[in-house]
Amino acid sequence: MKRTISLTVNGDLHELAVEPRRTLLEVLRDDLGLTGTKRGCSTGDCGACTVLLDGSAVNSCLVLAVDAHGREVLTIEGLAEGSQLHPIQDAFLEHGGLQCGYCTPGMILSAKALLDENPHPTAEEVKVAIAGNLCRCTGYTKIVESILAAAEKISGAGVS
Amino acid sequence: MSEFNVIGRRVPKQDGVARVTGRAVYTDDIKLPQMLHGRILRSPVPHARIVSIDTSKAKQLAGVKAVITAADMPRSGFGYGKDNSPLKWEKVRCVGDEVAAVAAIDDNTAEEALSLIQIEYEQLPAVYDPEEAQREGAPLVHERSKNNVSFSWTFNKGDVEGAIAEADVVVEDRFRTQYINACPLEPHICLASFDQAGNLAVWVPIHFAFMFRKDVAEVMGMPWSKVRVIQPAIGGSFGSKIDTEPFHFICIALAQKTGRPVKIAFTREEEFLAARPRQPMILDIRMAAKKDGTLLARDVHIISDNGAYNAWGSHALFAAMMSVTSLYRVPNVRFVGDVVYTNKPYGGSVRGFGNPQATFAIESQMDILAQKLGIDPLELRLKNANQPGDVTVQDVKITSCGLAESIEKVAQRIGWSEHHGKGGNRGVGVASLIHVGGGARIYKSDGCGAIVKIDDGGDITVIIGSSELGQGSETVQAMMAAEELGARLEDIRVINSDTAIKPWDVGSHASRSTFISGMAIKRAAEQAKKQLFEAAAQKLEARPEDLESLDSKIFVKGSPDRFLTFGQAARADLLRTGGDVIVAKYFYDPPNVELDRGFFGNVSATYAFGSHAAEVKVDPETGAVDVVRIAAAHDVGRALNPMGLEAQIEGGVAMGFGYAMTEELQVKNGVIQNVSLLDYRVPTVQDVPAIDPIIIETIDPIGPFGAKGMGECSTVPTAPAIANAIYDATGVRIKDLPITPEKVLRALEEAKETSKDGSEGGLIDE
Repeated sequence: MKRTISLTVNGDLHELAVEPRRTLLEVLRDDLGLTGTKRGCSTGDCGACTVLLDGSAVNSCLVLAVDAHGREVLTIEGLAEGSQLHPIQDAFLEHGGLQCGYCTPGMILSAKALLDENPHPTAEEVKVAIAGNLCRCTGYTKIVESILAAAEKISGAGVS
Repeated sequence: MSEFNVIGRRVPKQDGVARVTGRAVYTDDIKLPQMLHGRILRSPVPHARIVSIDTSKAKQLAGVKAVITAADMPRSGFGYGKDNSPLKWEKVRCVGDEVAAVAAIDDNTAEEALSLIQIEYEQLPAVYDPEEAQREGAPLVHERSKNNVSFSWTFNKGDVEGAIAEADVVVEDRFRTQYINACPLEPHICLASFDQAGNLAVWVPIHFAFMFRKDVAEVMGMPWSKVRVIQPAIGGSFGSKIDTEPFHFICIALAQKTGRPVKIAFTREEEFLAARPRQPMILDIRMAAKKDGTLLARDVHIISDNGAYNAWGSHALFAAMMSVTSLYRVPNVRFVGDVVYTNKPYGGSVRGFGNPQATFAIESQMDILAQKLGIDPLELRLKNANQPGDVTVQDVKITSCGLAESIEKVAQRIGWSEHHGKGGNRGVGVASLIHVGGGARIYKSDGCGAIVKIDDGGDITVIIGSSELGQGSETVQAMMAAEELGARLEDIRVINSDTAIKPWDVGSHASRSTFISGMAIKRAAEQAKKQLFEAAAQKLEARPEDLESLDSKIFVKGSPDRFLTFGQAARADLLRTGGDVIVAKYFYDPPNVELDRGFFGNVSATYAFGSHAAEVKVDPETGAVDVVRIAAAHDVGRALNPMGLEAQIEGGVAMGFGYAMTEELQVKNGVIQNVSLLDYRVPTVQDVPAIDPIIIETIDPIGPFGAKGMGECSTVPTAPAIANAIYDATGVRIKDLPITPEKVLRALEEAKETSKDGSEGGLIDE
């Protein structure tokens, strides 16, 4: 039996009829076409599907879509303003924080959740924040550097 | 001031914006009209006769569009020796073997349909140990391979026995390595679609596109020309997406049967079960040396635990053999490598391709030898290091070579003299490597085609056979084209993802893309530039040879103020009677050879070298090892994009660290026990040690701008460097990977017992 939910995704309100067993990841990708959120394991182990739910980083594969009813979701597609990349996105590019890019959307959103809460994190705090986001390409060094550089840029420019 | 305009700059990934904004399209992001979802029913047992398959209930389920077994698709063999088939009909030989498949309107329906297929198996005795498999009376994985040896690699040069007899010191050890999964973040996936005329398009993250096409055509019984391979963004591979796998053929068969597009996407569990792992090896190795440390002989026998079929991994001994014959100067070498079938997951190609296994053994044993000789491990390595101009016993011709420099650099960065030999559960270790760096001729051609096109807008398109897997090849390719043409980097786009468009390439493997595609691009660009200059010369009233270009402008040397843009020059060539387009092509096939029957031959146009040094702290109470940091120096010929190189080093070290310390597919009675990322333990950001990437430039005489390949190298020597550091810290030697706390603790306890008994051996390295 489908249930109707309303979901604000990247600022847009969507009314959707979903089966209760479907995950937020499936609804974002399959119903809303927001394929920037990646499916890596569907068991909450890799973090590739990380989105912000009311500002907190969650594995969208572990959230039932019906539990997101009435809440706000930010996906990677909602981060840049038009062609203006978010400073975290800029920093990942500039500091080589990505290779294949499959973990990148989730990694960037975990970083955003951290920096929203803690604008001046230490490297250790960055590592804790992205401990649930696996990356097989980079060895993480440049990801941590990217996030620290973004923090500096954001606090310098007053961007949020 | 650099002699280059673009080369040597830290350039962000050209495909990066799409990837940080979520706009890059991976195969799983593609939805075609009428698309169905495929699922595969896999064998739960390691060795069995298939007695019966009943698909009738599955076929009746609403939403199911096709259920197929081997009876419904070609049974053609594929893989080396054609020992594998897409769907199995008589026998299954390992857990995960494909027995039936379903296409349905959605994934849940397909999954439900699988549960309705009834298969009766008659279990057969199975064999899991590659040594037992060779004994008389062992169950046979393939009837035609008596004693289960699929094939062997044998090499012999010099007089190994004689050298060992005359040596001052001989060491002999057995090492073991484990199964690992490559674990790309994007699981394996395939989308196949036929048009009305029977033309097949396959969207697939594969980096062997033309070989994939050939495999598909041959197995499915189609003309090659009907198969088009499109490579969407690839979410990592590390070698695992090079093989054409049963699921690819099955996906295509389902699309053929239903007349609709079909997508098969692996679950993560399936990725562990059915993506090709790195094969375990048992390595028996003897090394002999003179008192002064001069190496005299190396005698190696490797058993490669191949699993049930010959995927590309059956050839991993190719790379293992090269390290055995050619890492350091060794005048007498014997190598025997047996590829042995077992009823287990079958190995594929994973970053380093047999080299991490061999280098773990060789480089661990170099330290054992050093200890026995009473020589500093660094000194032993430097004394025997390969030098430019050397030709090794396997006919490997070494040109540029930064091996000695890499040893010295990592030793300095890890603080060798302060930390080595101090004991007290803290230590440092070093290990080095050799790998192909200028292609690897494992096929009749080692070539790659490039097309460089300069259009009327001044925009430059590089169409290249090789593939971007995340490693950054597109970016480096654009940089090389920009450098050669004197163009702005932002004017260049790279197209590399469609066999209908791109020229032939033997695939992105063997760390070959930068070297081979780079040479192809460089030479195609030279020709395009010549044509462009000829067009510009008339307008600038100069001779073509007097012109130069910079930032996409052409001008007479020394007079940059009067110029034509690339667009103006291209238009001058095009917009006239008898005009022409500017399109140049080059197919670069490097000066290397296939191995001959004795396994001799200079298989690569150049070789890559490097060294890692690790610092560790060991907790003697728990056996836990803290790898504090790793210095990793790599001879890259020339650093084309230092940021990309550092990234390759850091990522490779992290993978090497996982190989050394945490990762193992635990296979019990043929069944993989840890099929989730949580249980398997890919290193997280909190696990990976601090990594100090060091770039060594040796300017290769034939590589593009002096560069050579290195993508795999950074994974190769990490494990032995750590094992050597653990020995330095504790005096215990771990000879099987991964180095778990349990193994360290057990070894520490055994060492304690031994020293209590008063027999030889102590806790602390002298």
